[in-house]
Amino acid sequence: MVVIDIETEDGQREALRRMLTIRAFDTKAGDLFADGELPGFVHLYVGEEAVGVGACSALEADDYITSTHRGHGHCIAKGLDPKKMMSELYGKADGYCNGKGGSMHIADVDAGMLGANGIVGAGPPLATGAALTAQLKGEDKVALAFFGDGAVAQGQVHEAINIAATWDLPAVFVVENNQYGEGTPVEKQHNVQNLSETAEAYNIPGFTVDGMDITAVYEAVKEARNRAADGQGPTLIEAETYRYHGHFEGDQQPYRTEEDIDIWKDRDAIESFKQRLVDAGTITEDEFDEMKAEIDEQIETAVEEAKSAPYPDPSEAYEDMFNATVPEISQFSSQMRADGGEDR
Amino acid sequence: MSTETTSGTGPADTQEMTFREAIRLALREEMERDEDVFIMGEDVGKFGGVYEVTGDLVEQFGEARVRDTPISEAGFMGAGVGAAATGSRPIVEIMFSDFIGVCSEQIINQMAKNRYMFGGKTEMPITVRTTEGGGSGAASQHSGTLHTWFAHFPGVMAVAPGTPESAKGLLKSAIRSDDPVIFFENKEIYGQTGEVPLDENYTLPIGEANVEREGEDVTVVATQRMVGESLELAEELDGQVSVEVIDPRSLYPLDTDTLVESVKKTGRLVIADESPLSYGTHAEIGMRVMENAFFSLDAPIQRVGVADVHIPFSPVLEDEVLPHASDVEAAINRIV
Ligand SMILES: Cc1ncc(C[n+]2csc(CCOP(=O)(O)OP(=O)(O)O)c2C)c(N)n1
Ligand SMILES: [Mg+2]
Repeated sequence: MVVIDIETEDGQREALRRMLTIRAFDTKAGDLFADGELPGFVHLYVGEEAVGVGACSALEADDYITSTHRGHGHCIAKGLDPKKMMSELYGKADGYCNGKGGSMHIADVDAGMLGANGIVGAGPPLATGAALTAQLKGEDKVALAFFGDGAVAQGQVHEAINIAATWDLPAVFVVENNQYGEGTPVEKQHNVQNLSETAEAYNIPGFTVDGMDITAVYEAVKEARNRAADGQGPTLIEAETYRYHGHFEGDQQPYRTEEDIDIWKDRDAIESFKQRLVDAGTITEDEFDEMKAEIDEQIETAVEEAKSAPYPDPSEAYEDMFNATVPEISQFSSQMRADGGEDR
Repeated sequence: MSTETTSGTGPADTQEMTFREAIRLALREEMERDEDVFIMGEDVGKFGGVYEVTGDLVEQFGEARVRDTPISEAGFMGAGVGAAATGSRPIVEIMFSDFIGVCSEQIINQMAKNRYMFGGKTEMPITVRTTEGGGSGAASQHSGTLHTWFAHFPGVMAVAPGTPESAKGLLKSAIRSDDPVIFFENKEIYGQTGEVPLDENYTLPIGEANVEREGEDVTVVATQRMVGESLELAEELDGQVSVEVIDPRSLYPLDTDTLVESVKKTGRLVIADESPLSYGTHAEIGMRVMENAFFSLDAPIQRVGVADVHIPFSPVLEDEVLPHASDVEAAINRIV
């Protein structure tokens, strides 16, 4: 992946590009879902772009991240290819998981992206494990876990942070507080005011930052990464943000109003970052429009290619379970295939 | 469709409704009947449940009895066990059965064992409702069929109905039962309709299979989605093969007698269930028949299920691994 050095002008433009790419990708994914093009569940990251891009900008190329069911933004922030992501959303053979995973399970382990996740709260223990590998092997790598405000209520999240804290593992825990877990507001799920407060219980630093401000996220994660890499253990960072779309596409959202959403849209992270870059002379309005047009075209191409890409061969369904070959799968599957083959 | 009815007001009254509505009706009736009954789970209140099963119940019973929980399955499953042991009658909703991975401790070591370990000195009147099954592109962590785990594990009952009527009757029995029942709802049949008795005293005993259709040549024991698919297939094959279709409805306890009676008549058995094949529900049903009707069998027992893989995302792959009527038909053709 290309590492973003957000302290340079090039890096700032690249960060803006990734935020725009996330928005374009997920807006498109929402449209495609509405058109009945995409199977399964689609959870969109629109509105939360500053968190993923700000955090990943503070990482080195070899660092690990773990993600959530709302993972497209993390993927793009980590430098994954929107084309292969789009193919995965369509269940095509050239997708990141060859069509086996779909939106909720995009992974690129070689790029340090240890997987989106369908189980709320399952990512942090995996990040703790990746950080353990780094510590055991003496590698200069850090593992960062993204997880939601809802996930903070999961026991395994606390267990993972406590282990990382106790063993001084090079991990960073980033809570994306988008104010809701599905339809339930954060204050109905937690008794603390700020979700970073529990850091005190693990005796690690905890911060709450403005998740609509990419610089604030970047700076907090940068400091946390430095601490982690320096052997001083994990940090818990809460980024306050908002999702503009429903929990999943198709969500009727009885739990909030358009006005609630508009309050956050007025503080839009892309808009404000762009304005800062324009004011600083890092980018002109024309260059910004050009960038946007380029990205839109890139996403359109990704969709076209994904649509025309082939589906995996049905026999692929029986591959990838084990490294070893087990007789059961081939026996049962050849029986099932011989059975149902004709009328499929 | 079974025509069982019971006494009470207007025993013959039925109404066509979906599987989902039948479950909601059972919940509503039992909550009206017994104020110790309450529901807890994620977004079961105002949101109405991800599959819209609890729907508007919160409006009738309030947030105290239709409780939204934090996303803490281990915590609220355990709270359900503790509440059940102390005079409440909780219904715990686990949105997808795959998430039982997060909270299985409280089922396996507490819910299932306390009564026995305490020398029978506690009751465990808890119902766990959860969804299972593939078919909607929900991928491997949201599509599993896990009922075999709990049918296997001593100390919990496992119920998995295939029709709206049995869903209503069995859920009511589960809620009234003083024992822990895990109630598995296949999400692909939530919209399936059937005639459901409106009598609020209508219940079905847990542990009774239902002969959904009588036949002479082969017995198809089918669960959940496979019940409807097998019934349609049986109609299609009418005139060529006479197919008897049985829904066991309850996997533990299992109504061995009804299955054995049927196989003694037909001499042939196909078992269709969406769980993985190894060490599974199919194996148990097949073994019970072997133990009790071995000399009546005219052909090897056939299993239709999932070939020991997870449910993949891509529609072509998902369709490949899930059992369909065509697989049941092929199994019948192999032995008839
Ligand atoms: C263990 C588990 N429980 C429940 C769910 C269902 N579920 C999926 S996303 C979600 C809400 C998660 O909220 P949060 O962690 O705040 O993330 P957000 O969706 O807001 O990004 C829930 C309850 C799940 N996938 N896994
Ligand atoms: Mg949230």
